Amino acid sequence: MLSSPASAIRTNSEFTLSITQSPPSAAQTVSAHPIRRGRTATRASGLAAAVFLLAVVAVLSIAVGAKALPLADVWSGLLDPDADEYTVVHQMRLPRTLLGLLAGTALGVAGAVMQALTRNPLADPGLLGINAGASAAVATGTVLVGVAGLDGQVWIALAGAAVVTAAGYVVGGGRGATPARLALAGAALNATLYSYVNAIMLLDAASLERLRFWTVGSLASAELAIVGTVAPFIAVGLLLALAVARPLNALALGDDTARALGARPALIRAAVIAAVTLLCGAATAACGPIVFVGLLVPHLVRALTGPDLRWLLPYCAVLAPVLLLGADVLGRVLSRPGELQVGMVTAVLGGPLFLWLVLRGRVGQP
Amino acid sequence: MRSRLRGSAMTLAYERRTISRELTVDVPDRSFTVVIGPNACGKSTLLRALSRLLRPSTGAVLLDGADIHQRPAREVAKTLGLLPQSSVAPDGIGVAELVSRGRYPHQGLLRQWSREDEAVVAESMAATGVADLADRPVAELSGGQRQRVWLAMALAQQTPLLLLDEPTTYLDIAHQIEILDLCARLHEEEGRTLVAVLHDLNQAARYATHLIAMRDGQVVATGPPRTVVTAALVEEVFGLPCRIIDDPETGTPLVVPAARHRTAIGVTA
Amino acid sequence: MIVVRTPGGISLRLRPRALAVGLTCALLTLAVGVLALGSGDYPMSAADVLRTLTGGGTPAEEFIVHELRLPRLVTAIAVGAALALAGAVFQTLVRNPLGSPDLLGFTQGAATGALVVIVIGGTSTMLSGAAAVSGFATGLLVYVIAWRRGVHGYRLVLAGIGVAAILTGINGWLLTRAPLMDAARAVLWLTGSLDGRGWIHALPVLIALALLGPAVLAGAGPALRLMEMGDDSASALGVPVERLRLALLGAAVLLVSLASAAAGPVNFVALTAPHLARRLTRAPGPNLLPSALLGALLLVVADQTAQRVIPGHQLPVGVVTGLIGGGYLIWLLTAERRAGRL
Repeated sequence: MLSSPASAIRTNSEFTLSITQSPPSAAQTVSAHPIRRGRTATRASGLAAAVFLLAVVAVLSIAVGAKALPLADVWSGLLDPDADEYTVVHQMRLPRTLLGLLAGTALGVAGAVMQALTRNPLADPGLLGINAGASAAVATGTVLVGVAGLDGQVWIALAGAAVVTAAGYVVGGGRGATPARLALAGAALNATLYSYVNAIMLLDAASLERLRFWTVGSLASAELAIVGTVAPFIAVGLLLALAVARPLNALALGDDTARALGARPALIRAAVIAAVTLLCGAATAACGPIVFVGLLVPHLVRALTGPDLRWLLPYCAVLAPVLLLGADVLGRVLSRPGELQVGMVTAVLGGPLFLWLVLRGRVGQP
Repeated sequence: MRSRLRGSAMTLAYERRTISRELTVDVPDRSFTVVIGPNACGKSTLLRALSRLLRPSTGAVLLDGADIHQRPAREVAKTLGLLPQSSVAPDGIGVAELVSRGRYPHQGLLRQWSREDEAVVAESMAATGVADLADRPVAELSGGQRQRVWLAMALAQQTPLLLLDEPTTYLDIAHQIEILDLCARLHEEEGRTLVAVLHDLNQAARYATHLIAMRDGQVVATGPPRTVVTAALVEEVFGLPCRIIDDPETGTPLVVPAARHRTAIGVTA
Repeated sequence: MIVVRTPGGISLRLRPRALAVGLTCALLTLAVGVLALGSGDYPMSAADVLRTLTGGGTPAEEFIVHELRLPRLVTAIAVGAALALAGAVFQTLVRNPLGSPDLLGFTQGAATGALVVIVIGGTSTMLSGAAAVSGFATGLLVYVIAWRRGVHGYRLVLAGIGVAAILTGINGWLLTRAPLMDAARAVLWLTGSLDGRGWIHALPVLIALALLGPAVLAGAGPALRLMEMGDDSASALGVPVERLRLALLGAAVLLVSLASAAAGPVNFVALTAPHLARRLTRAPGPNLLPSALLGALLLVVADQTAQRVIPGHQLPVGVVTGLIGGGYLIWLLTAERRAGRL
């Protein structure tokens, strides 16, 4: 490209401006703008396609089960209180689908911001000890207080997740936390808490009975009340995650660069951890620890959108529930009339997909 | 001109990407050979092949006439040393201890630390000027000091042939010259054969006795700096218009890039 | 550093501090071991224990020591040493302080085999066999998946994480398939326990240690130290990196599989022992022998603690190692931060 020195200078100053206004992944030179607009259109239509996919999976999730419903009955089951299907849809399938939507979105978005925060493509919400914290709290609750209802369990799990994540953040260095230290702190907490949970399970048969089903991760026990309990937490978490998307883009370039771009790393980190706690704590409390959704979906999506969180997050929010609900439907189809827990299906489906990514070298370039 | 180390009709490739085809290179004995060329021209790849870190998909690297991959690794390591571009100093290791690891090819289960080992390690540290740092942890050293420690480790290996992959990267100009002076001394006083990859053309021209210029995975020219470093060749290999003058210090060729208004590349946004 | 040289050209290098640490661990293990042999429903004094061990006990004492308590102690020592040795090797191979067999999926693999046997109903010998075989098979699988013109540490960890996650899912599902009694047995096994271990459990690990231990320590120890500096540096110094990595990985996976078969995937020993050993010896490098000795001590002490901490209940040893290990890591993180090192 040939240009006079004067135009070069002008281009440079605009380059500088665009850097200070927006994260560098979006910062491009003037001549690149048409390309960017084209990409925006592609990304937007891709997102629309993803939403359509989600709608299809959601309808499937209502239709498929021990008793399959034709499409027309799904409709009447949803809307007509007198229809035969109304009870099964409203008592079972609808809460389950809603919970799958909420939990999937929460896990996908939490995974994406975690990976951006720790600059580690392998970061997973479980990394900070959230699952372990929720498990430990549920175990304690069962033994000490004898919490019976699922509703009470949700609150306890949520509290456990929050306490442990906060502890992980403090042990990981608080304001001075680095990605490596956070990972180490998470590993330490996980190990300690799981030992504790195992000890309780061995000493108390009731906890074992509850936890062995809970730890696989399942949507089967969904009730509207539970959906109502966790929804506000997930909503706040999502808003917080979207709010930090832009500064987090800057943080992805390293603390020093982020500071130079006017972001405040310590504040962003605290906000992200709060968001992840709300999202994963709520999802885990309601369904048990579901592995791999938070790890895998951001990975797949990054191949589509690139690392810009402002696109990555919406895509994850839509595609993660597609995966979760899809896996749940599959679990119901595969071993009719029983079902496979969704946590099992995501692990067995997601694992090979993850390995395939590793093999192709999409991740793993250090 | 004899060559103990040569690459013969090598095809060098990573995964699916082929870097060089039918590449043949001779390293003259007792020379200070420097490989030059633009970024991604395959010069580091060549060095990796010569030091058997990369196995050629066809062709072979010959050391004293025998395929380097057919010989026991430890035997080769007594003849051919390497200073890699990236090495990791283990946590908490001290300078003397790191340097002493260079003696590995000479050691065995019952010969863990002979007097000779001790003497050679002391000598290598003295030669690189790190003897005073012997007990310091490597992690506390500056970049220049650390590079000299790694060089000391490679020297402790006591190989007649030593390959250096960009030994001056990340060092400031004074430390660059310090390392290169040290290499020149090793070459002149101890008669070792050195092969280095360098980025700086002028340093290459000043220190090398033999240059290998590469572009797009192929050797474009070889020979003494005086014949290789010409305005035409620099333009051909680097795409950089320039003038060649005599280095006022050493009389070796000195590349002076043409002034900006004459550049063909221009300013890219 | 002490150097011993003989006129015959033999020279040996010894680190006094590492030697002292190793020796202390060995002696402490023996002392706690004697204590362990003497304690239980039929208490014996240390003198009685020693007399019985040397062949001078009453038939009852002979039976109690040789058939009931000694196998458990020997299993603890062997499993602790095997796990710690394997952990030290893994951490160096993948150049990651968290590179433990749990991270790489081998223990989950062993657990899958054991769980299948528990769910379909099998003897404890079958359980051990299945755990060993499936653990080793998982190791192979991870290696094959990670292989691409050689295996690099990072790919190995990635492949391990993937396989571990799949297996965790399967294990959780298997656990829900079992009746409650079997599930309790499964959780006990998954935590790692030395309860009721006999010679049949101890022997395979002992044999593996006797064969692989010296090979790893003497044959590959020095080369392993070089591999810490990166593949390029190691191969420049004459280490056949790829072949050595495969051999060491095979040895370490075998040790872990057999140890898991004997006592279940005991938490955290493989991760903690090498870390602790490095801090105690203050020596860089994998510290293979001190790690192994420390691992043995750790497990013996943890087992004694697990038997006594809640009166009337026997906790599985894995609970104690997990709590100790996790607590240690948390303390380490806090201490290092205060010292400004991390």
